[in-house]
Amino acid sequence: MEHEVLQIIWFFLIATLWIGFFFLEGFDFGVGMLLPFLGKNDAERRAIINTIGPVWDANEMWLILAVTAMFAVFPNWYATMFSGFYVAMVIIIVGLIIRGISFEYRSKDSRPQWRSLFDWMIAVGSFLNSLLFGIVFTDLLGGVPIDQNLNYTGGPFSWITPYGLIGGVTMLSVFLLHGANFLTLKLDDHMRERARAAAKTLYLFAAVMVVVLAISTYIFTDITVQVGIDPGILPIASVVVLLVAIYFINRKMEGWAFIMTGLNIVLTQVAFFSLMYPRVMVSSMNPAWSLTIYNSSSSAQALTVMSIISLIFIPIVMAYEGWSYYIFRKRIKTEKEHLVY
Amino acid sequence: MDLVVLSRLQFGLTNIVHFLFVPLTLGMSAYVAYMHTRYYQTNDETFYKMTRFWGKLFLINIAIGVVSGIVNEFQFGMNWSEFSRYVGDIFGAPLALEALLAFFAESTFIGVWVFGEGKIPEKLRLGAIWLVAIGAMFSALWILLANGWMQHPVGYTINEETGRAQVANFLAVIGNPKGWLFFWHTLTAGFATSSFFIMGISAYHLARRQHVEVFKRSLRMAALVGLITSTLIFFTGHAQGQYVYETQPMKFAAIEAHWETGHPASFSILTIGDLTGKREVWSLRIPYFLSFLACNRFDCEVRGVDDLQKEYQIQYGAGNYIPLIVVTYWSFRIMMTMGLLMILSSLLILLAQRRPMENARWLRWAPWLIALPYIANLCGWVLTEMGRQPWLVQGLLKVEDGISPNMTAGQLLLSLISYSLVYGALVVVMFYLMRRYARAGPDAAMHESVDADVIPAFGASAEE
Repeated sequence: MEHEVLQIIWFFLIATLWIGFFFLEGFDFGVGMLLPFLGKNDAERRAIINTIGPVWDANEMWLILAVTAMFAVFPNWYATMFSGFYVAMVIIIVGLIIRGISFEYRSKDSRPQWRSLFDWMIAVGSFLNSLLFGIVFTDLLGGVPIDQNLNYTGGPFSWITPYGLIGGVTMLSVFLLHGANFLTLKLDDHMRERARAAAKTLYLFAAVMVVVLAISTYIFTDITVQVGIDPGILPIASVVVLLVAIYFINRKMEGWAFIMTGLNIVLTQVAFFSLMYPRVMVSSMNPAWSLTIYNSSSSAQALTVMSIISLIFIPIVMAYEGWSYYIFRKRIKTEKEHLVY
Repeated sequence: MDLVVLSRLQFGLTNIVHFLFVPLTLGMSAYVAYMHTRYYQTNDETFYKMTRFWGKLFLINIAIGVVSGIVNEFQFGMNWSEFSRYVGDIFGAPLALEALLAFFAESTFIGVWVFGEGKIPEKLRLGAIWLVAIGAMFSALWILLANGWMQHPVGYTINEETGRAQVANFLAVIGNPKGWLFFWHTLTAGFATSSFFIMGISAYHLARRQHVEVFKRSLRMAALVGLITSTLIFFTGHAQGQYVYETQPMKFAAIEAHWETGHPASFSILTIGDLTGKREVWSLRIPYFLSFLACNRFDCEVRGVDDLQKEYQIQYGAGNYIPLIVVTYWSFRIMMTMGLLMILSSLLILLAQRRPMENARWLRWAPWLIALPYIANLCGWVLTEMGRQPWLVQGLLKVEDGISPNMTAGQLLLSLISYSLVYGALVVVMFYLMRRYARAGPDAAMHESVDADVIPAFGASAEE
């Protein structure tokens, strides 16, 4: 296949992997942040963890796949992004580690202080990841200093920008809401109601942030140059789905409420990636120095190899991961005798 | 501060910690899958207890193995961006394959295995744990094929425009003998590590005459597998050594502190160097044996460090192409010693089972044997990676040319200190839990208790 066609396909695929990660791990992060606040005793906290217990690790693998696939098909994007956002990445890694280990180790000791410590590490790790991933991905569009040789030339903290922070807080707020909706869907009885109440409270935060992000995109990015004042259907739809989420939350239509926050995550990311296209990292120094799918990709041969591999294995992975969601589809009861530790 | 040194230090530290847990995961997943299978077939309660107990320790281990590995997917780009640009075309695909074929299976099916009990048919859970074991092996294969390419690049061309490596023949990349030799060596090491882990903990309990049925059976199984795999390690290692001789002669010579070309060459059992580490003062040698190690014949030529250095300067330009010989030389000898002790001790333990074990003294000190494979694993990797110096990709890219150009000492110290603290804490917590659960025995592993009050006080049942 033509090199250019492959580059376009892979831009689409990498975007899909990241979006898949944000959708799936979005509720994991949300659940993690809500854990110490919604779980009042050990059984409640265990019930909350068990809503994502069997699946969170596989959800996180979409991140690993997205990163390694970027390395393989857009090495320059991978190299510039990860070396440029160095400090952010260190925080993300530390967050992922303390969170991941806590899921497994929190119940391995019966002392309340032990469990509380690990529960808080889950919350803090989830918080840092939601915020930092939001900042990093908003900055890809907002722009960071990149020179003509595709190298990041900013300082260690140049990625902390007003637009990035807005994006970070938005992602945080939406993940919180997404997590609360997920818990409403997966918990039972009084825990289900408590999660619903949390969703109602968190809704306002998320709604405000999504609108603020949409408006600030006009201020901080070259959207008016790229597409004009009319942003097209995607960004509008992403704001609208979040605004209608409250209707479903109030009507106790839990599945629909979850779908709406999920759709907001997907549509927002789709809007971002399409505003970037064909760029993958915008240079704040000179628009011509931005990384694009053309100047950052691997050879046609490498893209072909990766396409064949993905075509065969991604559907298989999706099938068995879907199956694992299916077998753990039941609501989690808080009564002790039902809980797996 | 030297950014290259710090970057190497960080990569070395994070991966040494990561590899503390990898070999045990490799072997234990298969052990637990086998025990579970036996339980499924026989409905024997002892096998159930074994599955639960060793499964618990396996889970404690794999959790930290998974999280300590995340950093690698990031740090190629973060610290080694020039390397990433140079090799991405080739090196990225095995990493993506590792995620697709191994990580997803491991993480999905371990969730099914842990949370699925009573929810899905036991046959499916059994399938799940086998898929975890196979996933772990795939993971090792793909990452070792990636590493193998750095040691012995194949199936590539250099793009004239960018000056970077580019895939020419992907089948050659995944068929790279270097990577496959790594794989067999690592796999056998993983099984041996797990066998010694099981032997040591079983001996601890047998010495205290508790849970005798569970641990007798475990010990017997592990001693047999341990003997077989420890022996196989020598063969897989020997094959690998010969390939090093062919493809990385400098590494081969550095491992042996073999300064002057020998024809035939003798093997040094012990060499005392002078203070510069560059000249030997005294050595104990076996004539002809190095030639045998290199090519299975007693008369072939083994080029020495000095000759190779001259050759490389002509081929690649001025520079120092000699790895740190004191490290390669000693890590190889320590690894070999550990390996020999492993064969010997597993043989003795296997033979000892024919006699009554009730008062056997060796059971008391046998838990210390667990250290042997861990020391050997560590030395093996240090030798492989430091023996590659100064190359990042053998013959193509030097380490100093691979680091990120925008790196600052402050950033590097931040990550180095953060990782050190986090990894240090992880190891401490893991060791604490592992020791506690190992000593508590199978009864504690039965209680996946719900409430703090119901969990038996761990350690109580293991008191002597």
